[in-house]
Amino acid sequence: MVPTSPLARFMSDGWIATRRNLIKIKRVPDILVFTLLQPIMFVLLFTYVYGGAIQIPGSNYTEFLMAGIFAQTVVFGATYSGSAMAQDLKDGIIDRFRTLPMSNATVLIGRTNGDLAINLLSVIVMMVTGFIVGWRINSGPLQAVAAVALLLLFSYAMSWVMAFIGMSVRSPEVINNVSFILLFPLTFVSNAFVPADTLPTPLRIFAEWNPVSALVQAVRELFGNVPAGTPVGDTWMQQNAPAAVVIGAALLLVIFVPLAISKFSRIASR
Amino acid sequence: MAFIEARGVRKTYFPKGVPPVHALDGLDLDVPQGTIKGLLGPNGAGKTTAVKALTTLIVPEEGTMTIDGIDVKAHPEQIRPIIGVSGQYAAVDENLTGFENLEMVGRLYHLGAKASRARATELIELFDLVEAQNRPVKGFSGGMRRRIDLAGALVARPRVLFLDEPTTGLDPRSRLALWDVIRSLASDGATVLLTTQYLEEADVLADHISVIDGGRVIAEGTTDELKNSIGGARIEISLGADAADNVVATRAVLAKLGTSEPILAPDGRTLTMPVDNAPAALATALGELGKRGIVPSDAGMRRPTLDDVFLQLTGHAATIEEEAAEPSKKSRRSRKGEK
Repeated sequence: MVPTSPLARFMSDGWIATRRNLIKIKRVPDILVFTLLQPIMFVLLFTYVYGGAIQIPGSNYTEFLMAGIFAQTVVFGATYSGSAMAQDLKDGIIDRFRTLPMSNATVLIGRTNGDLAINLLSVIVMMVTGFIVGWRINSGPLQAVAAVALLLLFSYAMSWVMAFIGMSVRSPEVINNVSFILLFPLTFVSNAFVPADTLPTPLRIFAEWNPVSALVQAVRELFGNVPAGTPVGDTWMQQNAPAAVVIGAALLLVIFVPLAISKFSRIASR
Repeated sequence: MAFIEARGVRKTYFPKGVPPVHALDGLDLDVPQGTIKGLLGPNGAGKTTAVKALTTLIVPEEGTMTIDGIDVKAHPEQIRPIIGVSGQYAAVDENLTGFENLEMVGRLYHLGAKASRARATELIELFDLVEAQNRPVKGFSGGMRRRIDLAGALVARPRVLFLDEPTTGLDPRSRLALWDVIRSLASDGATVLLTTQYLEEADVLADHISVIDGGRVIAEGTTDELKNSIGGARIEISLGADAADNVVATRAVLAKLGTSEPILAPDGRTLTMPVDNAPAALATALGELGKRGIVPSDAGMRRPTLDDVFLQLTGHAATIEEEAAEPSKKSRRSRKGEK
């Protein structure tokens, strides 16, 4: 079938670009293995190493921890978009794409969709691992689906941010360091692994306004992992976490989708 | 109006820590429909920048460019469906197979699924990649990658084809095969702009050649016109192992035989001199050299080649700088500003 209308072409291009990234996941199993092993490792490390030492009022550490691991993993999952864009620039295939009659958004849509697929897989693997170490969903199926949807929405927005950064630094090696420096504080200075009220004041304030904290809190609430007595920050973002995540992700998308597309339309490899 | 036309195109790069590089400095080009234009120039002359500007990859700050009457700067989206491009480095997806790469390009040209597969199969056969077609490109040799990239440029049977050093890195057999493909495309009506560092390639393929240096055209014409423009025959004297001692004396002998200066080849032992009457000049030269006790390892007369055109026009050889600069990736990156 030959796509003729602009919309049909846009959809077809988006699918072709996505398929390219799915084939890559299939051909380079290392990506998948490490993406999936890392969260399993984190679940086990945090549960059994810190679990005994960290006391969460009203909750147990595994119940508290899982939302944090989910959030951390999907946020770091966005790094692939950054390194893949940098790699495409280095390989020169961006030049091929840019001389083809397709929208400047196509390659980025395919790339961020690829991240979405990986992140969905890793959320499923983490949930299974969580079940094995004693984590439970204490809410309904709809809330659980909403929790997964919020995780994917936020990580999708982060993929666009990282794709933009990847095209800016232009080196697959550098992008890993950049994401480390950017994403570690973002995920660790939050309520992901410890309650924010245990942090020194400046870090506590950062943590309570950190969008990752909102994501963690929203996921905790929707999975029913906030039993009475669990500390929750008193900022608006913590009190209305699911709404805060949707607004935060929308803001990131509104800013970084146009930035990334405009960057793409001006870059040439080498 | 020529099919591809460029007027006064300027593109300046500002690499950090060095003066601005005028990659294109008022480039004018005309390529009539259905012809092959060869763009010749030393490394850093602006060949690649010219191709990038015409293929919508970079936007020059000044000048106009049209392809089939369409303004390239104003309507890149109308240019892209009618052009095929193969850049200097193979632009292929490492993780896709050869077939998948071509099929993807076909789909992105909106040929449709079935036609894309058929075209990919055709090109795989044309470029002799049938056995490798289902292996990821990652495992391909440099020459095989080049061929997949070139095939990618041909997927949509474009009316205009831009080839930036298309045969660099190809073995002689693949080079000849590609020449056949380019010629048959042109005879079917395609317009081709090709850059090359191989003068022989321009000689064999191009209907018309533009020599560029410093980002602008310094000479134009058919190969014969260019060769005639720098005069008739030349004599060539090659010195043996004692070259270093005798170059100066030999140069002085040759200089008396004509009006221009003898040119020393980069090997440091071959001198070329344009002359009017080659047999007489050669006899005189050998006599004079004999008197001085200089015994050449080789001596002869020849018609001018494009190499001579190059040397005469640009003051430097076409390929030497390239060879010195190409081998390491590091030097390529450090010269990024020139591209």
